[in-house]
Amino acid sequence: MNSTTHRQIVARQQADETPLVRYLLSLLAMAIIGLFLILPLVAVLVEAFRDGWQAYMTAITDRYTRHAIGLTLFTALICVPLNTLFGVAAAWCIARFDFPGRSLLTTLIDLPFSVSPVIAGLVFILIFGAQGWFDGWFAANGFPILFALPGIVLATMFVTLPFVARELIPLMQQQGAEQEEAAIMLGASPWQMWWTITLPRIKWGLLYGVILCNARAMGEFGAVSVVSGHIRGSTNTLPLHVEILYNEYQFSAAFAVATLLAGLAIVTLIAKSIVEWRQQRQWESASS
Amino acid sequence: MSQLTSWIFAGALGLSALAATTFAQAEEIELLNASYDPTRELYQAYNPLFSHWYREQTGDNVTIEQSHGGSGKQARSVIDGLPADVVTLALGYDIDAIADRTGKIPEAWQSALPHNSAPYTSTIVFLVRKGNPKHIQDWDDLTKDGIEVITPNPKTSGGARWNFLAAWIYVLKEQLGDLSKLDDPRYADEISAAQAAARQFVGDLYRHVPVLDSGARGATNTFVQRGIGDVLLAWENEAFLATEELGEGQFDIVVPSVSVVAEPPVAVVEGNVENKGEAAERAARAYLEHLYSPEAQALVAANYYRPVDPEAASKEDLARFPELELHTVDEVFGSWREAQATYFDDGGVFDKIYQP
Repeated sequence: MNSTTHRQIVARQQADETPLVRYLLSLLAMAIIGLFLILPLVAVLVEAFRDGWQAYMTAITDRYTRHAIGLTLFTALICVPLNTLFGVAAAWCIARFDFPGRSLLTTLIDLPFSVSPVIAGLVFILIFGAQGWFDGWFAANGFPILFALPGIVLATMFVTLPFVARELIPLMQQQGAEQEEAAIMLGASPWQMWWTITLPRIKWGLLYGVILCNARAMGEFGAVSVVSGHIRGSTNTLPLHVEILYNEYQFSAAFAVATLLAGLAIVTLIAKSIVEWRQQRQWESASS
Repeated sequence: MSQLTSWIFAGALGLSALAATTFAQAEEIELLNASYDPTRELYQAYNPLFSHWYREQTGDNVTIEQSHGGSGKQARSVIDGLPADVVTLALGYDIDAIADRTGKIPEAWQSALPHNSAPYTSTIVFLVRKGNPKHIQDWDDLTKDGIEVITPNPKTSGGARWNFLAAWIYVLKEQLGDLSKLDDPRYADEISAAQAAARQFVGDLYRHVPVLDSGARGATNTFVQRGIGDVLLAWENEAFLATEELGEGQFDIVVPSVSVVAEPPVAVVEGNVENKGEAAERAARAYLEHLYSPEAQALVAANYYRPVDPEAASKEDLARFPELELHTVDEVFGSWREAQATYFDDGGVFDKIYQP
């Protein structure tokens, strides 16, 4: 839809409401956001600094916290590029080609969204566990999967699989293949077509998917909790570390570490808004 | 960090993790202790004590990593492949389960160390809000109208299973007067009436439980932090920790007339530690044996566990433990295996009496 007419329709609808209703509705929305989003964030910060700045710094520079940060970043560093690669490939297949099983593939990509992360974790236990399908073959041969880094990466990959693909499929379907076909007709190589036509057109959508994928990869709790084994200084990611600290009655330390995750969330939010805004502009300039 | 970097290394060179982690210098030993929930503070204190002592004895440097969770859940993880070198769990059955399903622990593990391999004991007491506003004095007060009881899920938590059995013991004791009658066939009718009464009472008790957490620490947090419930059935050590270190002056401990001797046992997971070589095996054994040393026993008492050898513990620490009538699981239920099969396995008594 042309975005100027869209805005006009919205403006007309707004004018139909009485000012009172409009104010009440916005007030309600603000109240809900305050209660469910701002208040918890404030609570995290207040609790984190309850024992003072010194205690905060001690908590977030603790050996185990640093290890948890390292592990979380490292996991994201593996999962996000792989899922980006997969997401682009899958979106390309689904948006550009018609093949048997196409809609099945689209549905399957959504599977991690609809499966509870705990179940995802348990599935890996069933497959790779010492009593599982492979009978602990990997661990016995010096490459443990569960309760070690590979398990954490696998579980994280599983839950973050759909983010990039989900973002790109509708975008690429909407854009259509005409420009790419034109490029090929004019003699561009597939790589030239990809770098000069496809990528520039999807870059903001791609980035948006990557940001969401990264946020989830760093924040995942359920699936990772099942496969991690909770070994401090070894398989303990940031969200798990928050839980451990809380269970050890180190409440302000738990919240201090939680501010790191909250910080990540805020950075993600800002990055996401910027990308959304750029994406919007790109669409507008494309459609005008 | 070292394992992480070794992983990066291994990944980058396409080497197996084995090369990076287990061929390290022999005197650098890493052990993993898979433990249950409330021992966090105890092992935080004991690990440096042991490492220091062991270095002086042998020159080997031992680093101990900890993993904590509900006792049943931890046993499950070890069965599924968690590479724990020693397990220090809440009750014998969880170690039996590992032995049965993996063969990594010898069947006769319980006789490997003194006192049935339990270097410390505890019992089950009540934690109530300051001043005991609901006047809870003994087990039978727990099923009165309007009382909310907090106890974790016996399916996953060791502490919860001790709670369950302690309540059961109380009723048998009330009904029979003398628990030695349990072994006497002449009292068969009396015993079956007492067992029925116990089943009735414990069923009532669980109708007063608003939330079943998966582990003891979660239940304590529910009661202490979230302020839910009138009474927490707790490990004695957990109750002391809550009163003295968490909410000083906010809670009282109520000691019931009868309770259970909770014996949290320890064992070396031979099938895991043997992969790390002989030095690690020796260290794992020493790690558990040293728990019985006077200095460790003093530490045990300071962390609110009852030491099996109270000689070295400070008088003040020992004075905190109230005297009450205590019975063991073996005495009342035969063994943990039997108790587990009767009460907690799928389709057992707990499943029949607990309807959420």
